[in-house]
Amino acid sequence: MKDTASLSQPVIEAKGVDLVFQTADGPVQALKDVNLVINRGDFVSFIGPSGCGKTTFLRAIAALEHPTSGTLTVNGMSPDEARRKRAYGYVFQAAGLYPWRTIAGNIRLPLEIMGFSKAEQEERTERVLELVELKGFGKKFPWQLSGGMQQRASIARALAFDADILLMDEPFGALDEIVRDRLNEEVLKLWARTGKTIGFVTHSIPEAVYLSTKIVVMSPRPGRITDVIDSPLPKERPLDIRDSREFIEIAHRVREGLRAGHHED
Amino acid sequence: MTALWLAVGVWLAAWALNVWLAGSRVSTTGLGRALVPLIFGATVLVLWEGLVRGLGVSPVILPAPSVIAAKIAVELPVLWQDFAQTILKGAIPGFLIGAGAAFLVAIAIDRSPFLQRGLLPIGNFVAALPIVGLAPILVMWFGFDWQSKAAVVVVMVFFPMLVNIVAGLQASERMQRDLMATWGASYGQSLLKLRLPAAMPFIFNGLKIASTLALIGAIVAEFFGSPIYGMGFRISTEVGRLGLDMVWATIAVAALAGSVFYGLITLIERWVTFWHPSQRH
Repeated sequence: MKDTASLSQPVIEAKGVDLVFQTADGPVQALKDVNLVINRGDFVSFIGPSGCGKTTFLRAIAALEHPTSGTLTVNGMSPDEARRKRAYGYVFQAAGLYPWRTIAGNIRLPLEIMGFSKAEQEERTERVLELVELKGFGKKFPWQLSGGMQQRASIARALAFDADILLMDEPFGALDEIVRDRLNEEVLKLWARTGKTIGFVTHSIPEAVYLSTKIVVMSPRPGRITDVIDSPLPKERPLDIRDSREFIEIAHRVREGLRAGHHED
Repeated sequence: MTALWLAVGVWLAAWALNVWLAGSRVSTTGLGRALVPLIFGATVLVLWEGLVRGLGVSPVILPAPSVIAAKIAVELPVLWQDFAQTILKGAIPGFLIGAGAAFLVAIAIDRSPFLQRGLLPIGNFVAALPIVGLAPILVMWFGFDWQSKAAVVVVMVFFPMLVNIVAGLQASERMQRDLMATWGASYGQSLLKLRLPAAMPFIFNGLKIASTLALIGAIVAEFFGSPIYGMGFRISTEVGRLGLDMVWATIAVAALAGSVFYGLITLIERWVTFWHPSQRH
């Protein structure tokens, strides 16, 4: 773990961020007046119904979308600069592995692009494969693996180049509950081991509460933040923490926040 | 008449044999899979021979396969010279130049929306020109020898290749392109490592279509002027002399060349796009 002094260091700062999409049906306000500070080492979940802008906000952090007004900084830079400095790894809802490359080849891809030496590519690929428990599967092709294993490989790929920030957009949304539980546990372990800052989009309340140190509740039309909950749960989180009183109370508060957002429609 | 009945008998026997083969365990082996079409092909030849002999068909209407085979054996040097002129000098260079040019233009189009709007309609226009109108013009421009044939092939091959490569370059998924962006990949890196591999199934479709067009183009173009050899020249002059056995011999060579050309591209395709769902076994 990083020392405590660095823990309160802001990594991502949004001030009055608005984002309007121009569509054929006229402008759509995807984000309205979003203010948020994410500190180093935070595990932040974004939760809300579809259309609340949670994915758009994550994409804006990654410079895949651009705010129409307000300021958004990543490591004190603009998101575009941060992207060029390879500040983050991004995990999408689908694994998005390239079928013509082996699992190891896929993990090596960002490393090739970023110009790591051959030896370092090998060493890093081995290390992250072990980290996501896919050791020995490097020579397989993606279509030979199950959905859960593919998603683990895509996480390994995002980890390979050791960016400080890991952005995950409903990474386990397409997987069944049992696989999802296991992967959630693994993500937590990973986070504890690496001390990365994680932004995690989900529409599952238990997932958000189980994983996060900070839960951002959002609501749609226009997409905005309605509540930010700092989780009092300890860093060590066995799966059965989900039956504890504290867990249920936070889940309740998240649900209330989501409901309040809906009533305002 | 006996030849006819013999042929029909062989045909029925071979049919029965093939039905049995297809249903038996032999058909699951490599040999069995090759045997069925081979028997079928041989049967067609036997039936053809029997029909022509038994019904006394004039060799001008349809020569027997044995006559065509005999002609091929006798005229091998001439057929080879024709093949070299039309396929090796006309079709293949034209195919390579046309496909290569289409590739370069496709990249240019990909980089510039202006070209996309300007060049695709022009390409479309050229592709719509009938070959019987185009070939004489190109023969005027490039002379009687193989250069004008290659030019006709370039024109015929260019557009189907262009359309397929442009479509292929857009075939990668948005998410995969987003990933490239998050890694800060340059245009060239993203092209080389993502978009070209993703385009390969399209490109090979284009190459397969283009391979048959190249053969047609090179042969037909010779109808509009050529030296005194070449497959198109041979067909047009031998038809005039009622030398139909030679016409059929040339057609046999063309069919064989076309199949080998197509088969070669399919083999390379299987090797390059092994990952595509249509190629996984």
